[in-house]
Amino acid sequence: MKSRTAWFRLSSLVLGFAFLYIPILSLVVYSFNKSKLVTVWGGFSTQGYGKLFENTQILDAAGLSLRIAAINATGATILGTFAGIALARFGQFRGRTLLSGMTTAPLVMPDVITGLSLLLMFVAMEQALGWPAGRGMTTITIAHITLTLSYVTVIVQSRLASMDIALEEAAMDLGARPVKVFLLVTLPIIAPALASGWLLAFTISLDDMVIASFVSGPGSSTLPMVIYSKVRLGVSPDINALATIMVGLVTVGVLLTGYLMFRRDRLRQRDRQLSESLG
Amino acid sequence: MKLEQQVRASRVAGFSAAVQFILQVFHYIVPYHWVASRLARWGVKGQRLVVALPYLWLLLFFFIPFLIVLKISFSLTQLSMPPYQPLVQWTGEQLNQLRLNINPGNFQYLWQDSLYLDAFLNSIKVAGIATLITLLIGYPMAYAIARSSVQWRGVLMMMVILPFWTSFLLRVYAWIGILKNNGLLNNFLLWLGVIDEPMVMLQTNFAVYLGIVYSYLPFMIMPLYATLEKMDLTLLEAAKDLGCRPLRAFLTITVPLSMPGIVAGCMLVFIPAVGEFVIPSLLGPSDSLMIGKVLWTEFFNNRDWPVASAVAIALLLVLVVPMVCFQRAQARTAEAGEA
Repeated sequence: MKSRTAWFRLSSLVLGFAFLYIPILSLVVYSFNKSKLVTVWGGFSTQGYGKLFENTQILDAAGLSLRIAAINATGATILGTFAGIALARFGQFRGRTLLSGMTTAPLVMPDVITGLSLLLMFVAMEQALGWPAGRGMTTITIAHITLTLSYVTVIVQSRLASMDIALEEAAMDLGARPVKVFLLVTLPIIAPALASGWLLAFTISLDDMVIASFVSGPGSSTLPMVIYSKVRLGVSPDINALATIMVGLVTVGVLLTGYLMFRRDRLRQRDRQLSESLG
Repeated sequence: MKLEQQVRASRVAGFSAAVQFILQVFHYIVPYHWVASRLARWGVKGQRLVVALPYLWLLLFFFIPFLIVLKISFSLTQLSMPPYQPLVQWTGEQLNQLRLNINPGNFQYLWQDSLYLDAFLNSIKVAGIATLITLLIGYPMAYAIARSSVQWRGVLMMMVILPFWTSFLLRVYAWIGILKNNGLLNNFLLWLGVIDEPMVMLQTNFAVYLGIVYSYLPFMIMPLYATLEKMDLTLLEAAKDLGCRPLRAFLTITVPLSMPGIVAGCMLVFIPAVGEFVIPSLLGPSDSLMIGKVLWTEFFNNRDWPVASAVAIALLLVLVVPMVCFQRAQARTAEAGEA
């Protein structure tokens, strides 16, 4: 009986992960394909990469997307941290329900609605205030901050909820002012949550096609917009090369954080053993 | 090893000293007390500022935009930029010459033209079936991860999350290469001899289901894993001691206890899937009726902003109930985390 459930669990994991990873691996393998047909193997070659680095349209769009993603991630992390602190620490203040609603709704809101509503807002603002004049990088960044700050809020809020509040109270009892408590006690503890929030905001911004299409103007096409317009015409080797580079970067990043976390845990375990043997 | 610890301790002390120093400098430069007392006199506290910044941002760029969509959904279309008529118009000097251009026609149009109703019903059907399939694939995976050893759990969850960090658009693109007529899957099946000629799989509803299940699977597994991992396993042992069979214990203990995760996961898949645009437009048939695609076409191709707004409002009304469910499940899991 026991072995049957174990077998079931193992096979569901193997099949599930095969389903998740085979498409990604196929992108990587076929990026080295010589044949122009992309999905018919014609020998090893790196010409897809050559074509990618000659394509100035893709490179320009990638530059724009990276700039937007970096500004967006920083802004969203600041605002999201504030919102997370407000929701986790300030108890029941007036308007809390609306704030928590406004920070969870963008997590599930269909992109087409968010994009349309923000575009109409920008058009109305331009008519009334004259700002933002036209649409482009600024409007895309604002739209992305609005979308991603909810992700940061959720991460920071849950980290604050699971953190030992006695540490903050102790610092407060010893006479530290709230700003100092935050900078010296809370911030170092929630720093990993802020880092993962920043990275998540960065990736989501780099990945968004729908909202960016609504709020962008002429001459400001982001990378996903360029990819989408190319992909609609069919498969092409340079997109496979681009995908491989992105998958490679993400894998290296994830493995690195995984290794750092593993090392930190091991150090902590060793510290604990040491203090136990000493005490 | 001692040295390593000392180095780390000194690093922490160094960081804290640096922050102290910066605070000290600020203390001399910025007239904190003066500013604080002034602000306090006006009724502004630091705490309020922390709430106010994200609050104002979300009001301005999330809440008010919806009111504008609502407003424009009642406007008349007009050939200009922006292509709609204002709701309130002054036709003369006096206030009584105010004209209201409220036009519920956009919503009547949605109701009468069967295209929109069909698109709504089809989107809900596709999203619902895809959510169910995602749950059926995701639950065993989340269960298996939550019941594996502690060292493996972190690795396996990282493997679930990794695809989610790579571009969504490129992962959908990968399926084009697999499902094409001369794609990977057809070549494989031909080589196996299961089929004699390529099957048409791309640009079918099957491809849309596959795309949604594939793209949203990590969103299903994450909340399920969170609830299953926290579960008290002694309950299952107690049930076994009392003679309960494993399947019955699973259905009467594990499933009800993981209900918040099931609800959160299903909502995280269902709600975005209803309004999905990229998957049906890349993998689906060109005439597929998905409401996200209809909205996109109304806006970008027909340039009919009022009808696009009316579609958005109707979509929002359809999604309000599942969104409230999600909010509740989210709040329940947050409370469970605090307890």
